Amino acid sequence: MSPSRETGEPRVSPRSDLIEHIPRLRRYARALTRDAAQADDLVQDTLERALVKLDLWRPGSDLRAWLFTLMHNLFVNQVRAAAPQHAELDEAREIAIGGGEMDALALRDIHAALCLLPAEQREVILLVGLEQFGYAEAARILGVPLGTVMSRLSRGRERLRQLLSDKVAEPAIKLKVVK
Amino acid sequence: MKQINEEQLHAYVDGLLDDGQRLDVEAWLAGHPDDAARVRDWQAQNQAFHAAFDPVLNEPMPLELLRASRRQTAPARRLWRVAASVAVLAVTGLAGYGIGLRSAPTELIARMPRDAALAHVVFTPEQRHPVEVDAAHADHLVTWLSKRLGSPLKAPDFSAQGFELLGGRLLSGGGGPVAQFMYQSADQRRVTLYVRREAGSKGRDNTDTSFRHAHENGIEVFYWIDQDMGYALSGGIARAEMQLLADAAYRQIGR
Repeated sequence: MSPSRETGEPRVSPRSDLIEHIPRLRRYARALTRDAAQADDLVQDTLERALVKLDLWRPGSDLRAWLFTLMHNLFVNQVRAAAPQHAELDEAREIAIGGGEMDALALRDIHAALCLLPAEQREVILLVGLEQFGYAEAARILGVPLGTVMSRLSRGRERLRQLLSDKVAEPAIKLKVVK
Repeated sequence: MKQINEEQLHAYVDGLLDDGQRLDVEAWLAGHPDDAARVRDWQAQNQAFHAAFDPVLNEPMPLELLRASRRQTAPARRLWRVAASVAVLAVTGLAGYGIGLRSAPTELIARMPRDAALAHVVFTPEQRHPVEVDAAHADHLVTWLSKRLGSPLKAPDFSAQGFELLGGRLLSGGGGPVAQFMYQSADQRRVTLYVRREAGSKGRDNTDTSFRHAHENGIEVFYWIDQDMGYALSGGIARAEMQLLADAAYRQIGR
């Protein structure tokens, strides 16, 4: 094993630990973005960035939180680059509410509803609800004050609740919505 | 009853409260049905996230991501340089070897030792999760990987050579799923067997090949094709010992 000895020490080398975090980075990215290819691109960019900046990571601090921070920064740049996305989101909302066939799959429902949230609310409710970061950790990852995390969490969860209950109540209100 | 604010309701949903605080919130919810309904919906949201996205954790890991997580390391860069030259050698070597051999399968075969060595160096140093399914569930492991690759697989038995099966994992690479079996000796040395379907080699005269050998940055790789399946055995151990293991694998799989 001598050739890989230097990477074989888990404490000394965060590199081998990067691998361990890939599955959860993929899960978060998949929930955050629209499709699997885009999600894996985001993970790949994150890993590449991580390797370039690995010297900046402080041993002893939470590698996972650091990786999510890098991913957040990349994601924000993507969202910013695709600025006209808001129009697209509004359209998507109408389609989602008008189209009853989407209800068939709960997975698509929850993902579709997530995609209708503003990106910053989506990030918070996923970091907390899916990735199980604490509120203070989420605030550090996103680089915002704790109060901002709490208000995004509150608004995001309420909006999602509304979107999902719209769907449940859809048969009753469908005609009104479509017209 | 203690007054409960919204922040505490979220913390309750996210499991961030201690026992005493949790009881306070539960007492509050018993008397406040609107808050109770909100809390139930938020809990349902978190459960829906897990139900929808946890399966991603068990998806085969794309080799591209493994590569991305290694790319900048000096040994990996060396590995790629060596791999590139090996690939060139393998291609030119093959060109003289088979007339009418098309390039597509040749390239795939040539890439296999590089991919196998990469998967080897990525996972063998892992202390905690070297494998996805351990050898205690060997039957399940082999059935699972066979199903994913669409072909009955065997995990060779290397006990005569002093290596025991540790387990295996599913990766993806070369355009399809890849099985990796990992073995370990009593003195903690590890070898991996990398198996994938070699699409395009079907029906050709060269479907089955004899052993080939590659040396990838200190990793010895023996690889071959048998009935449309490509196999590569990788290990950072002496070539003679690797040869014995590869012979054993070849004999057992070919049967």
